[in-house]
Amino acid sequence: MNDLSSQNTDRKKWMSLLAKAPEGRIAALLDTATARPGFDWLRAPEVGSVMVRGRMGGTGDAFNMGEMTVTRCALKLGCGTVGHGYVQGRRKACAEAAALIDALMQTQAAPRIQAEVLDPLTEETEARQTSRADKAAATKVDFFTMSRGED
Amino acid sequence: MYVSVKGGERAIRNAHGWLAEERRGDRNVTELSLAQIREQLTLAVNRVMAEGSLYDPDLAALAIKQARGDLIEAIFLIRAYRTTLPRFGYSEPLDTARMTCDRRISATFKDLPGGQILGPTFDYTHRLLDFKLAAEGDAPQAHSQPATQGEVPHVTEFLNNEGLIEETARTGKAPPDLTREPLEMPAERALRLQALTRADEGFTLGLAYSTQRGYARNHAFVGELRIGMVAIEMEIPELGFAIEIGDMTVTECETVNQFKGSKTEPPQFTRGYGLVFGQTERKAIAMALVDRALRWEELGEDYVGAPAQDAEFVLSHADNIQATGFLEHIKLPHYVDFQSELELVRKLRRTVQAAQSQEAAE
Amino acid sequence: MDMLALEGGFADPARTAAHAFRAVMAAMARPGTLQQIAGARPPAPLSPAAGAVLLTLCDADTPVHLAGAADCPALRDWIAFHTGAPITGPADCAFAVGAWDALLPLNAYPIGTAEYPDRSATLIVEMPKLTATGTPLRGPGIKDRAALSLPDPESCAANAALYPLGLDFVFTCGDTVAALPRSTEVL
Repeated sequence: MNDLSSQNTDRKKWMSLLAKAPEGRIAALLDTATARPGFDWLRAPEVGSVMVRGRMGGTGDAFNMGEMTVTRCALKLGCGTVGHGYVQGRRKACAEAAALIDALMQTQAAPRIQAEVLDPLTEETEARQTSRADKAAATKVDFFTMSRGED
Repeated sequence: MYVSVKGGERAIRNAHGWLAEERRGDRNVTELSLAQIREQLTLAVNRVMAEGSLYDPDLAALAIKQARGDLIEAIFLIRAYRTTLPRFGYSEPLDTARMTCDRRISATFKDLPGGQILGPTFDYTHRLLDFKLAAEGDAPQAHSQPATQGEVPHVTEFLNNEGLIEETARTGKAPPDLTREPLEMPAERALRLQALTRADEGFTLGLAYSTQRGYARNHAFVGELRIGMVAIEMEIPELGFAIEIGDMTVTECETVNQFKGSKTEPPQFTRGYGLVFGQTERKAIAMALVDRALRWEELGEDYVGAPAQDAEFVLSHADNIQATGFLEHIKLPHYVDFQSELELVRKLRRTVQAAQSQEAAE
Repeated sequence: MDMLALEGGFADPARTAAHAFRAVMAAMARPGTLQQIAGARPPAPLSPAAGAVLLTLCDADTPVHLAGAADCPALRDWIAFHTGAPITGPADCAFAVGAWDALLPLNAYPIGTAEYPDRSATLIVEMPKLTATGTPLRGPGIKDRAALSLPDPESCAANAALYPLGLDFVFTCGDTVAALPRSTEVL
């Protein structure tokens, strides 16, 4: 049971990373790392929406905010391994690459995919976030007191 | 008498042709790309996403281009497209406490954990036209300094610790959905917030301003305003666990309002809430003020007849697509309706004239 | 979720769903006619026809009630993956699927309201046999008379008497589908 949930934690991590990768990036990394294996569609790529929810007051009950576009698909490799792809936006090719990576990560190809696709993608994502956070940090206000009246 | 007429196909076709040409403008000027709109008219893109109620910057950019910059027309295009999408499900509610903030300010606490982060704001600019921008120069690089960001707690949580601010209840109730069920009154707060977050910015701003000027006492402080990126999580049925399916920029505003207390509640601060897609600061603040004004009943306040307190009025008129649809339809042919009005006015005039000439004769 | 749940969907969703929708629409528009419907391979005990109807008409906004033997883990997973429809009880479902006896009683399902008669359930009834013979039918979409092998003509007649409220029925058997909308008189 423990093992299963740690597997899920890892899978959640890579699927989340793939969902947010820039257009075309995961396909490029995948094709550099390996030749694409053959597969059958369980669900051909489809574009749809997800209703995004917020919380009243940030912490209260949920309310519906509006939708976002999502593309998803599911496929089965020759060996029977199933891969799911969920990516933000209208990007069928990205969803297909994401599902292939999800499937390959459950096979013996996992270390290679991890090293050549997921690790570089993680680094790029972190670099983008850090660059933005650093710009925000430069706009942080340092208050200082000019003078203070006596008593 | 009913007269059915047909025609105008050729005129319509040619009007559309001319529209396409006018959209392009002077062909000696470089054509706009969607990437240019998305990257350089970001706040227009954000407004179209917020009021179109669909987060997709590329689509919003396309809509703006197609609508020749008419944002309400662009919002209309996005709303129409949205209805063609199959819905995969509902996200987990956003955890805005985990936002990576581009901007985060509080008007109520100077020294708050996480600090005041100004972000890319128009505030403190002099509102003087910058003619350097007309010269197509290179933009300066933003300064950076190493960030030390951990969690950035919500400001209102500090007041909460002292019990000085109302608690927001969390019952786990599934919210109603305006896009699935028609609006019915009375509308609970979850439905009001959904209507407000996609409401017309100008209408929301005007209403919010009215509450500040005294139409429904509602003196609000911005407890906190934050803009930044949040991850969207969704439970995937075939996996049995949630994954992040994307991330988006949102603007969140929480106002703090003084409250004298009621029969059941002690004097404390109450809250108004705004949460909007994209960097949409004016809209989020306005939404929080209107949300607070609409909460008069549940807080046991008096109804003073202010427009911003009237949920039926606010929610029925806040949607710019409904409004523009009904408003603009009156320019379309009403020949038959008008013909009957014309007959009526002529008849009334004849009656009056007959009465007058009768009088004159007597 | 095991393999069984992930397979058996429409191979070419846009086209197959359009054909299946056409079949259901024809069945509804011409009560008492039998239509062929194909493309789905749902787990047992569901028929391919009932599977195709679910894939065509259900999504995350249409709660589905699984009655009797139809309520099994394989089918729950199949519906979740292919349609996203939530599984629910009879009282607040938009669709219910199962054998006639398992679906009873009919008064457990929403029949709509005077303002919104469409907020009612559609019952997908799995039939051991389905023929265009038996109980005579009359009404919109029927030129003179039609007939259908209804499981219980009396209950169906009582449902038709509720019009404009009431339930709509889709009957499925193998790859055949027929329908009985509430607007049809059961003689």
